[in-house]
Amino acid sequence: MTNLELYNNAFVESLGVDEAELEELEYQKNPAWDSVGHMGLVAALEDAFDIMMDTDDIIDLSSYKKGKEILGKYDVTF
Amino acid sequence: MIDDFYAYSPYELDAAAKSRLLTGELKRLTAFHREHSPEYAGFLRTVGYDEDKVEKASDIPFFPVRMFKEFDLISIDRSEVFKTLTSSGTTGQSVSKIFLDKQTALSQQKVMARILGDFWGKKRIPLLVIDTPAVLRDRKMFTARGAAVLGLSVIARDTVYVLNDDMSLNTDRLREFLEKYGSQPFTVFGFTFMVWQHFYKELLKTDERFDLSQAFLMTGGGWKKLVDSAVSHSEFKRCITETTGITHFLDHYGMAEQTGCIYAECECGHLHASIYSDVFIRDPEDFSLCPNGTKGIIQVVSALPGSYPGHSLLTEDEGIILGEDDCPCGRKGKYIEILGRMKSAEIRGCSDTYADKFR
Repeated sequence: MTNLELYNNAFVESLGVDEAELEELEYQKNPAWDSVGHMGLVAALEDAFDIMMDTDDIIDLSSYKKGKEILGKYDVTF
Repeated sequence: MIDDFYAYSPYELDAAAKSRLLTGELKRLTAFHREHSPEYAGFLRTVGYDEDKVEKASDIPFFPVRMFKEFDLISIDRSEVFKTLTSSGTTGQSVSKIFLDKQTALSQQKVMARILGDFWGKKRIPLLVIDTPAVLRDRKMFTARGAAVLGLSVIARDTVYVLNDDMSLNTDRLREFLEKYGSQPFTVFGFTFMVWQHFYKELLKTDERFDLSQAFLMTGGGWKKLVDSAVSHSEFKRCITETTGITHFLDHYGMAEQTGCIYAECECGHLHASIYSDVFIRDPEDFSLCPNGTKGIIQVVSALPGSYPGHSLLTEDEGIILGEDDCPCGRKGKYIEILGRMKSAEIRGCSDTYADKFR
């Protein structure tokens, strides 16, 4: 799988959202992505890319788009 | 703005530097809440607030914490509320309702992460929660208990709940967790009373020995119940060490009304104020400031409450400032001791309502 596929997959699987919704997806805007869902998402991303995110990055992960930027810090490029 | 604080580590500033940073932010918050909360504006009128006379944080009027139980105090549009925090109260006693917008909730998490990071390092470590996953089941209405657990999960990795829904200890899950992580630093978190009742006492009943010597035990709330059952702070620690091998203790003082700004216990057993908050002790007779070393009512100020007027509060707790900028642990700022609830105050610790069931 490409990084984009892995990335999308982590969102779809952990939050149970549709792939079509991803581009506009924001933390707390979708009922599935609340603070509890957030922890599941972080775990899924960490597993998918075999990384360990810093606390600040976890807190800053506020949208699907922002997440791509943050993963750049961990040498994950799209 | 709160972002100005992030340039510093949580215990880096001495009294003068901290006062400059914090007083400015508290003045800004006071003006903001006056404009957006009619109840708060009324309160400021009553006490005759004059911003020009504010020179230090203790000059900001203190709002009785009880007001959050009597009124819905909110400084944002209701449509911006995305989480309502309550000091848990399942037993019919009145609860505080705290309305959070996204920004305030975010700063609460960031600040708690920074404060705790100062104690156990920047790296996220596994978390064993002495509670049931049920604390998070209602995702819209968190109690302070749920919020604390959730706040910590962000800072940790791999959160495991060690109690079953009926509050019994799940020794299988505990064993699994320790096999996986027992040989490296990890955090154990629970409210003091629950650690005692559902963890320590249950461990005493089993023949199996569990080695938790690598753990930081983070506790909070509910000391009053233990004092009632004649367990002192030091007795608590001694018993826990004997049974689990835990030697790193991190108790903390905090409240739902100022979530995020916790007062965490250092290696010397002192509770420290970070740069994000401060504490003053007031004489119960005339509310004048008490010198360090004198006991009185605790006033807390915090730079975080942006969505509700909770940035300067008079609590119902009694405490002492032990010193400032000179704790042997090296952290700057005030360090305090909490003596408990004021005698006349209604019992209202967030784990205390739960503990009431055990009377």
